[in-house]
Amino acid sequence: MTITRRLAIGVSLAATLLGTTAMAQEPVRIAILAKSLGNGFFEAAARGAEEAAKELGNTEIIYTGPTDTTAEGQIEVINSLIAQRVDAIAISANDPDAVVPALQKAMERGITVISWDSGVAAAGREMHLAPSSDELIGKTIIKLAADHLPEGGKVAVLSATSTSTNQNTWIAEMDKVMGDYPNIEVVATVYGDDLADKSYREAQGLMQSHPDLNAIIAPTSVGIVAAAQAVADAGMIGKVNVTGLGLPSEMAGAIESGASQSFAIWNPVDLGYTTAMIAHALALDEATAEPGATIKTGRMGSVTLDDTNSAAMSVPFTYDKSNIEEFKSIF
Amino acid sequence: MSLTDTPTARRIPDRLSGQGARILRSWELLLFIIAVLIFVGNTQASPYFLDAWNLSDATFNFTEKAMVAFAMALLIISGEIDLSVAGIIALSSTAMGWALQFGVGTPVLITIGLSVGLLCGAFNGALVTRLGLPSIVVTIGTMSLFRGISYIVLGDQAFNGYPTDFAWLGRGYVFWVISFELVLFTVFAVIYGVILHFTNFGRHIFVIGNNPTAATFSGIRVDRVKMILFLLTGLMSGVAAVCLTARLGSTRPSIASAWELEIVTMVVLGGVSILGGAGSILGVVIAALVMGMVTFGLGLLNVPGIVMSIFIGALLIGVIALPRLIRLVRTGKA
Repeated sequence: MTITRRLAIGVSLAATLLGTTAMAQEPVRIAILAKSLGNGFFEAAARGAEEAAKELGNTEIIYTGPTDTTAEGQIEVINSLIAQRVDAIAISANDPDAVVPALQKAMERGITVISWDSGVAAAGREMHLAPSSDELIGKTIIKLAADHLPEGGKVAVLSATSTSTNQNTWIAEMDKVMGDYPNIEVVATVYGDDLADKSYREAQGLMQSHPDLNAIIAPTSVGIVAAAQAVADAGMIGKVNVTGLGLPSEMAGAIESGASQSFAIWNPVDLGYTTAMIAHALALDEATAEPGATIKTGRMGSVTLDDTNSAAMSVPFTYDKSNIEEFKSIF
Repeated sequence: MSLTDTPTARRIPDRLSGQGARILRSWELLLFIIAVLIFVGNTQASPYFLDAWNLSDATFNFTEKAMVAFAMALLIISGEIDLSVAGIIALSSTAMGWALQFGVGTPVLITIGLSVGLLCGAFNGALVTRLGLPSIVVTIGTMSLFRGISYIVLGDQAFNGYPTDFAWLGRGYVFWVISFELVLFTVFAVIYGVILHFTNFGRHIFVIGNNPTAATFSGIRVDRVKMILFLLTGLMSGVAAVCLTARLGSTRPSIASAWELEIVTMVVLGGVSILGGAGSILGVVIAALVMGMVTFGLGLLNVPGIVMSIFIGALLIGVIALPRLIRLVRTGKA
């Protein structure tokens, strides 16, 4: 036997052995793809996903995302996830359409694709998990402002980017129920692009152009903190109430100072947990994504898919002085 | 070459002459060594890197940007810059999406995409050459102007539903793993390499970049050359817009945001002097490969994008500082 042949047999034997052991221990790899990294909301969701992975066992969570909130950046990340042959990709999309071709490629190569938080067009995913229903969020954000304005007043909206699917839907839902608040007037909608400095300047601008403003509604975790800071810096605490959607850890100061009376958010830890549970079930074919299907989600119970293969997790929760201490250390 | 035909003409080097010339001449070599190191590093770091399809997917990270970078390299060598390229891509893509509503076919879409690019380039070029405004100021303005128009047209909406044969331009493969975009990238690399290094026009670009006054007195029509370069940069932005729109299958006003900086980074990393007068297309090609491989390789390791940016930034400063450092050590002065 020549050395080369001996080597070849040895190598192939080793490869076979490695292959079988690898097969037995191969963990289920679930990629949690955020809109961008360095956002507290997604960090919290990743922790929830890790919790689910621990519960499920033999599951690896890959938490990743682009630096800034662009579709091109997410496509690059999707390509690298396809290359790594992950088992599932759960994406919160920066653009519901632009990521579709890349996600279709992922599905063609046998990867389970679901969207969560910010959805993907139906062609680009098997199902979508919404943290709450858009209708409930739209009602909640205006109610938060109205609850502290019994005599009515002027409110303004500080949103993320003008192309953010989430924020636009919520604002549209809010507009639908404005009839219930005849004394409340929405005077402006501005965009802080989910950048702290731009949101801060936009909030300042709102207070300057509307001196009689009573509340700023920021349905974004970046915008609400920036707005609260702008209100505090302008000495407008007590005059302008900042509310909307935010993270307890980032908003604790604003609640304590009074810049914000209350705000709401679903629990991103729960959302990440539920997302990972669903991705795991679909990747292992323990569940099928089809209209009417019910998928078990561990401690969160279960979700039911509607006609568009979308499911809602739960209702948003209001945080104020009474419970901020308890939640600020969680996320 | 006409420069050698006329006996009195002095040869003007492609790169800045002086003590560092020899080291600068090996810029491409230095970059190439870095590219090889990154390639080897990537194969060691991830078992998924050395796969034809994966590498093919990775080329999409740089092909569109590099096509603009070729024209940008010429423009920067001539001493000007165009920071509005990403804005042009957005406007060009918006125009294509708008035309799509009228049911036009792929040839018309391409024509519109390229024409808008050319028009934007002409606008920049006219402001710089006719009004004598500094290009950095003009294009910072048009960067917001072009993208602003897209935002006005689209708001939070998107144009989509591009035809399948149009989508092929951004997603199609010519042969096996060789994508259409990769072929286009190669063809343009050759074209721009020839223009810059083997034509009179290319020599004029270097002369203008080194000394515009001397160029004018030598009978070079400086403004005309600059105008053509702005047109080319606009046109290439149009080409990138066609490819990117086809690849994404949708147009949103935020398309290609912040690409201008990545494109300029690619050009500068490729050894083109930001002050003008020196550079090569080969350098830009290698820089594109380096940037593509770095982002893809780090992506495979699930390194966060912000760390990638730090890496690219450090690479840029390192590669630019290295020849100067070597010169400093060898001659004792910077």
